[in-house]
Amino acid sequence: MSLKLITKRCKGCGICTFFCPKKVLVITELNKAAIAEGKENDCIKCGQCEMRCPDYAIFVEKEA
Amino acid sequence: MKEELVEKYFRPGRLPHLWCPGCGHGIITGAIVQAIDQEGWSKDDVAIISGIGCSSRASGYLDFNTANTLHGRALPIASGLKMANPKLHVIVVSGDGDCTAIGGNHLIHAARRNIDLTLVVFNNSIYGMTGGQYSPMTPVGSKATTAPYMTIEEDFDLPSLAQAAGATYTARATTYHTQLLIDVIKKGMEHKGFSLIEAVSACPTNFGRQNKMGAPALMMDWQRQHGVPLAAWNKMTEEQRAGKFPIGVLSERTDRKEYTEAYDEVIARAQAAL
Repeated sequence: MSLKLITKRCKGCGICTFFCPKKVLVITELNKAAIAEGKENDCIKCGQCEMRCPDYAIFVEKEA
Repeated sequence: MKEELVEKYFRPGRLPHLWCPGCGHGIITGAIVQAIDQEGWSKDDVAIISGIGCSSRASGYLDFNTANTLHGRALPIASGLKMANPKLHVIVVSGDGDCTAIGGNHLIHAARRNIDLTLVVFNNSIYGMTGGQYSPMTPVGSKATTAPYMTIEEDFDLPSLAQAAGATYTARATTYHTQLLIDVIKKGMEHKGFSLIEAVSACPTNFGRQNKMGAPALMMDWQRQHGVPLAAWNKMTEEQRAGKFPIGVLSERTDRKEYTEAYDEVIARAQAAL
């Protein structure tokens, strides 16, 4: 998985889930962004979530 | 924004910030950081000066020379700083109310002097921190705590106002158009003279809720639908323009002298007269 979520900073605003073109992200019952079940390998690393997250809580990681 | 930049430019232990869920101010603060990083400036050569309001909290999170000053008075303090040390890159962060209402007079005179400051106005269309009173940049026909039956005052077109007052660089972008926002802030920082960047932000708590604009993501989508790149804007008819606004670099000129340079000439003239 190429996404790193910092749950402590996430406020569950839903901007990342709205703009994710592959619908990889969901907002959980605890009001935090998380990776949807079964979508772990669907991320295309477009970086829209990282670019627009107002809370610096989601990052697209470079794979080694 | 990349994680390395958060670690490099934010004060440790200050996150999460206090802005509401979905507030666009974090994105604008991130855009400023990314623009500074692209310039490659040392943290010691940059000063971030802010006034009072939600937007003005940005200076507290950033690890530069920072000052959180008086309501509306960030520009005079930044002007003094720039005069004392013209080599410093002085960036002023202000909100729509802080900049155009309380600090409106300071804005037009800083623009008139064409002093080399970069002013980033976080425009969320409302006084967010104090509970949703309308500001001079609340669009006409909006609801606010102080306008339950809708505002009747036309809002400022801030870049045009600054341009008329003498600002030599004006631009506008939104939090949806994040890359453009970084680019126009970077160009504004490179510009010699007074630069104003209006960053259209969203206040889901106090503006969006009263005006039934929906979730924060929908408010950001509203920016996508209403912000029109300048080239397309110029080809639009008046009817097509209704309710929308142009984004991009709106004006740039180099024919006016910068204030600290003009002041150096005053010093030279005074010394020659001795």
